[in-house]
Amino acid sequence: MEIFSNLGLGIETAFTLTNLFYCLVGVFVGTAVGVLPGLGPVATIAMLLPATFGLPPISALIMLSGIYYGAQYGGSTTAILVNLPGESSSVVTAIDGYQMARNGQAGKALATAALGSFFAGTVATVLLALFAPPLADLALKFGPAEYFSLMVLGLVASVVLASGSLLNAIGMVILGLLLGLVGTDVNSGAARYTFEMPQLADGINFVIVAMGMFGIGEIIRNLEHDETRNLVMKKVSGLMLSKEDFKRIIAPVVRGTVLGSALGILPGGGAMLASFAAYSIEKKVSKNSAQFGKGAIEGVAAPEAANNAGAQTSFIPMLTLGIPSNPVMALMIGAMIIQGIQPGPAVMTEQPALFWGLIVSMWIGNFFLVVLNLPMIGLWVKMIMVPYHRLYPAILMFCAIGVFSLNSSEFDVWLMALFGLFGYVCAKLDLEPAPMLLGFIIGPMMEEYLRRALLLSHSDPMVFVQRPISATMLALAFAAMVAVMLPALRKKREDAFHEA
Amino acid sequence: MPTFIRHPKDFWTGIIFLFFGLAAVYIGQDYPMGTAGRMGPAYFPTILGGLLALIGLSAFIRAFVRPGDAIGKFYIREIVLILSSILLFGILMRGAGLVPAVLVLILLSAYASPKFTWPASLLLALGMAVFSVVVFVKLLGLPMPIFGPWLGF
Repeated sequence: MEIFSNLGLGIETAFTLTNLFYCLVGVFVGTAVGVLPGLGPVATIAMLLPATFGLPPISALIMLSGIYYGAQYGGSTTAILVNLPGESSSVVTAIDGYQMARNGQAGKALATAALGSFFAGTVATVLLALFAPPLADLALKFGPAEYFSLMVLGLVASVVLASGSLLNAIGMVILGLLLGLVGTDVNSGAARYTFEMPQLADGINFVIVAMGMFGIGEIIRNLEHDETRNLVMKKVSGLMLSKEDFKRIIAPVVRGTVLGSALGILPGGGAMLASFAAYSIEKKVSKNSAQFGKGAIEGVAAPEAANNAGAQTSFIPMLTLGIPSNPVMALMIGAMIIQGIQPGPAVMTEQPALFWGLIVSMWIGNFFLVVLNLPMIGLWVKMIMVPYHRLYPAILMFCAIGVFSLNSSEFDVWLMALFGLFGYVCAKLDLEPAPMLLGFIIGPMMEEYLRRALLLSHSDPMVFVQRPISATMLALAFAAMVAVMLPALRKKREDAFHEA
Repeated sequence: MPTFIRHPKDFWTGIIFLFFGLAAVYIGQDYPMGTAGRMGPAYFPTILGGLLALIGLSAFIRAFVRPGDAIGKFYIREIVLILSSILLFGILMRGAGLVPAVLVLILLSAYASPKFTWPASLLLALGMAVFSVVVFVKLLGLPMPIFGPWLGF
């Protein structure tokens, strides 16, 4: 079995002292980020990216992925103890988790979240190992036309799953694509949209866009309302689950894992969507549905399993196709490019140690996370108590130093401030930043594939519909758009976003 | 906002998209267009800019037809304080060095919070300055002056 030798290679790579260390650092930082409301994995990964340039690629990727799935664990802690989502994907966990905590079952809720996540993480890691190779094999047959259509599908999916107006979300994608084109055109050498500024000749660094839109914009928004955090209890105990509890959570955890894994693979999907879907389905199928909203343990188990599974399977399209399914994956792709790795199906064959090492590290990371989250819960409770007005100046400092260190350029720092302002304006206008960031990362690749596809077809645009795989993807993208525009589904989509 | 604009959010979204879309098309005219088979640097951005302008136009028109919520209040004081703290950080970084830049960034941005107090913020600023020198300059070895030429270093 090839998979065993591959996993063997992964174990060999992931179990070196250095990589174990960076995995631990990643999940630790991830948990912290998840616990702290007002700081998300996108801004954090963007902040830490410059610090990873000096690391070997595998260590950098292990650490950055740890931040993402670690944040899914941490987010539930804040949701349960303070009724505030530490992370957008734990919004629904707060509904029943907080009620459980008020009933004195905080320990039980936390244990359910951690164990459910661990189970989901383990399953999702296995799925990743099983499904990534065939998908990458398929992707190796892709020509430029298929890639272009795949990117269209990915971008459409990110738009369909965004809240608010569909057309405006498409506008954000296109704006992102355009911003991604700023800088020197690789084919002609022409400097595009640089306004003759040498700082823009190499384009805008995606770290600047991500930090501005997700970091700075968010800080200004958080300053608008003065929130107070009421911890249900200062000391958490009773972290053990009874046999009875295990019986109650096993089915929801399995359902959440399946649903989360499926939704994570979809372009545009990921942890947040998975947790929402899992909660609403569990509410319908559960025997205890009357208890939902009043502290049902199933209402914690299902979404927490789903968000962790979704976080992990969203690596599949990124690792096999080189297509980001959410902003975090977009940053991972950026990190790979900086490390000199061209993301795509060739990563698996050319860098097997990196690929399999990363997968194995995820399982190790999930194991670390259970240990970090249950026995060390006291530490995180203390962290929740750090008030936001002490925290945000420090976040701002990390952003500023991180961006400055990219090129030792104050211009970049100012550009970040500009994107921060734009991010704030977008929030006021209900424009989502995530589709824009995806477009931004994909922009140059998309132009390149479009150019190559039309060059090969002698400028015949029919190439996109004549090649079966490409046609299928475009048809899917079209169907998704039409479906969302249908009045009946449109209503449902809006309801789904409002339910939170 | 005049009352005939029924959806202020769409109205401004439309203006922003129209502006960027038309700017992309207009500036793109400076570059060679090429053909579909041999695309010049202007080809893709012109298509995108055109699409963006169309979407912007539709949002703009929709704003007069479909009603929507008013735009939430802009917190000007907070925006100005946060953004100017970043701007100053950029200016100070090269001339005065990391320590003054961090001190100003932390103090000015902390001032944006209604819970600002001098002693706590000074302590935070000093702590962060020490932390950033130790971590970023000493441990990570980033090329940043701790104190810059303006202070005689």
